[in-house]
Amino acid sequence: MSHYISNTDEERAAMLEAIGIGDVKELFDVVPEGVRFPQLHLPPALSEAEIMRQLGRLGRLNSDTQSTLSFLGAGAYNHFVPTAVDALLRRAEFYTAYTPYQPEIAQGTLQAIFEYQSLLCALTGMDAANASHYDGATAVAEAAIMAFTSVRNKRAVLVAPTVHPHYRATLRTYTQGLGLTVTGDEDTTGSLDDLLAKIDGNTAAVIVQTPDFLGQLHDLKPVADKVHAAGGLLIASVDLVALGLFQNPGAAGADIVTGEGQGMGIPLSYGGPYLGIFASKDQYLRRMPGRLVGATTDMNGDVGYVLTLQTREQHIRREKATSNICTNQGLMALAATIHMSLLGKAGLRKVAEICYHRAHYAASEIAKIPGFEVVAAGPFFKEFVVSSIHPIDSLNTVLASMGIQGGYDLTADYPHLGNAMLVCVTEMNTKEDIDQFVQALRTIWEGRSDL
Amino acid sequence: MNTFEPPIFELSGAGKCGVNLPAIDVPLVDLPQELLRTDDLAGFPELSETEVTRHFTRISQRNFCIDTGMYPLGSCTMKYNPKVHEAAARLPGFAALHPLTDPTHAQGALWIMEQLQSMLAEISGFDAVSLQPAAGAQGEFSGILVFRAYHRAQGADERVEVLCPDSAHGTNPATAAMVGMRVVEVKTDHNGNVDLDDLRSKLGPRTAGLMLTNPNTLGLFDEHVQQVANLVHAAGGLMYGDGANFNAILGIVRPGDVGFDYMHYNLHKTFTTPHGGGGPGCGAVGCKTFLEDYLPGPRVRHIIDSDKFELFPPPQSIGRLKAFHGNFGMIIRAWVYIRTLGADGLREVSENAVLNANYLRIKLQDLYPVAYNRPCMHEVVLKGQLREAPGAKTLDIAKRLIDYGFHPPTVYFPISVPEAIMIEPTETESKRNMDAFIAAMRQIAAEAVADITILKQAPTTAPLRRLDEVGAARKPILKYDPAKFRELRRAHVAATSNEQPERPTY
Repeated sequence: MSHYISNTDEERAAMLEAIGIGDVKELFDVVPEGVRFPQLHLPPALSEAEIMRQLGRLGRLNSDTQSTLSFLGAGAYNHFVPTAVDALLRRAEFYTAYTPYQPEIAQGTLQAIFEYQSLLCALTGMDAANASHYDGATAVAEAAIMAFTSVRNKRAVLVAPTVHPHYRATLRTYTQGLGLTVTGDEDTTGSLDDLLAKIDGNTAAVIVQTPDFLGQLHDLKPVADKVHAAGGLLIASVDLVALGLFQNPGAAGADIVTGEGQGMGIPLSYGGPYLGIFASKDQYLRRMPGRLVGATTDMNGDVGYVLTLQTREQHIRREKATSNICTNQGLMALAATIHMSLLGKAGLRKVAEICYHRAHYAASEIAKIPGFEVVAAGPFFKEFVVSSIHPIDSLNTVLASMGIQGGYDLTADYPHLGNAMLVCVTEMNTKEDIDQFVQALRTIWEGRSDL
Repeated sequence: MNTFEPPIFELSGAGKCGVNLPAIDVPLVDLPQELLRTDDLAGFPELSETEVTRHFTRISQRNFCIDTGMYPLGSCTMKYNPKVHEAAARLPGFAALHPLTDPTHAQGALWIMEQLQSMLAEISGFDAVSLQPAAGAQGEFSGILVFRAYHRAQGADERVEVLCPDSAHGTNPATAAMVGMRVVEVKTDHNGNVDLDDLRSKLGPRTAGLMLTNPNTLGLFDEHVQQVANLVHAAGGLMYGDGANFNAILGIVRPGDVGFDYMHYNLHKTFTTPHGGGGPGCGAVGCKTFLEDYLPGPRVRHIIDSDKFELFPPPQSIGRLKAFHGNFGMIIRAWVYIRTLGADGLREVSENAVLNANYLRIKLQDLYPVAYNRPCMHEVVLKGQLREAPGAKTLDIAKRLIDYGFHPPTVYFPISVPEAIMIEPTETESKRNMDAFIAAMRQIAAEAVADITILKQAPTTAPLRRLDEVGAARKPILKYDPAKFRELRRAHVAATSNEQPERPTY
């Protein structure tokens, strides 16, 4: 028996006897005989020491952000995670519990989610935030569905071409059966003004990302005014880290705010689990998908927390629910809550400032290298587009050989930009790192015939 | 021990910060003034690292968890979460790996993903697996989208009805609705199986498929599962398998061998990636060859004639379900689990899970009527209808279990069973603990007869007493607000001065 099984052979025999059978196999007599007890062809079982050894070997085949100098972002970010976040996340009371169905013995999880909801409302300027979605992509897709069901007789969603390409793809996956059209991003060169010009009486929602996929910051106020004038809702997809410094989307007029919370205390983990944030104005609350925690009192009058407004959810409403979401990203929401609590008001602002200034330093230094150009149409946060005379894939291959992970290759998603990479700079990239990256690009330019 | 802990907002002190951040080491540039926030993050807490650590440690102590004790939450498979999984997922080669890393520099991660795809396919009898879905509900969503795409490709756009048994998880009908399908409910027969006559009457040219959990949510293996699959297929429909209860049949029977066309695996249940207080999960999906091209992507494959792996989008994919490649942090844990147990270990999992559940059934069914009187699989559904204490409700029994040191089972589900108590001990629970649980359940039945108020007042030993859920929904307080909290506490003072039950000590 494996080391996770707690019963002895004698105990198992006693249980079989109590049940009145001689062999555990008899419990499976109901399974059709011809397909019962198949021989599974799996690799041989390994001991813990063997597994960790193999994982160590496999891990070293990967170029991670600790073993290289990374300037890669594009929706997943190498931000600093304080040691205290994971130390608290590793408390079994948090990570080996499940959905707080029994509030009397789940106050830890419930209070943490309540605090998460509160912190998100403060950051986004929204009235209510749910307990999380899978990631920034699914949050924006469910926001579109929520807007569509909240606004009567409108069946179109406009999405800016500068929303993350994976988010736009997910949005289309989610809405394909609902009789809802998603347009606005067919021309990847389109500006926000071009998008706003497409608003008409059938527009249920407009989706804008800020900072957008290419790093640019946008003022949401004029966008919100145009969308509202046509009777639609503004969905803003945001980066929580940027909100420490930049515009409060709720104050600017957004109706629903979604985004990726990975940058707040969650490791890169090759793409997941991440954290989908989802918040809205009060008037859309009854159409909100996902779990919500509310404050209340117990029989003694002591303050406590419970899951609430559950009549929106699948386990009560079944096919009439606002979404099918059940399990969400509870532990990731907890990580973000701890992370935001550690940073506090000053830390949030400072992280954003470090990213901003270092990214601008990197951009100004790269712009000095012949053969490279920084393409920025307006203010940016921590990412910016660099165009090059070199194809980006070969540029990145050479950078990799120098121990540097270059920016995201934009060629496939935004062909109009030519050879372009999206460079990301965070508080993890020191001036020395940036100088090394710039020097590498300069070296490549100088030896350009090698590419 | 008093573990009361105020909302973190009440611990704040102006000017404190809990993180030691680097200095800005580059020349400062102007900030775009018109795009800055102007509200100074009003209400945001300011604490030291010491205070944040203590706050979250204290609230964590108000949680019951698997490491605390038996957590027999039916349909959730709350088995032990091995510690080695946590170490594995945190190795820097994985935890610090960016998802957009050039695949040639992420071969270790892709190797694990490809092997997990293959192993899940083998365990379940399917031909192809995608690891993309983030949770079971998303796996279901992908499956119904695939069914829709498949039927459309056959020119059968009219197949828009999804059949769900009345015992189905709520996610099944909710998923079908999200795809724009019509939900048709199918009855359960007197033995807890899909009612074949009712099924026949509801199948037809509009049938897209049937969503079936097997073993079902009654904890029973459907005695006619092959016949059900044959009927659905004969009507031109497809069979969706909800893998929530896969823990009962590892190495016992493969869903692909009894007629399922597509299924999801809940890696956070069967393959024990931790539940995290409500996620993250991973709802990987598997299917037969004829549906493979529609799977959500990207998937991972071995590059022929090489020792390399690559990501690829299936050619007619229903699309992306999320950004990047899936919840890799869960994928690596599930991989470790399967590699730890191997084929024999997996079969032991199911044999012990089913043995444990039947032991509980035998020991409790004289007091708590079973929903269906036949051997169960990994969970048993009882009714909280005590013959000699009709006033006792399932909720009371569940709350009283807390006082005996157990997490209550799933209650009031399936909704087709009145006063349902759904108990899933899992294979990792010991006989010793189950005997204590049985004794508690029997003692509670006796208390219900002797003095029902003991049950009605329960729990009294938990951090809180029963909470006012109706009030919470009537006047929602969904974020911290000092005025509303003052009001809640005033109600406290009023209540305690009004001869409420004595405050427990703990």
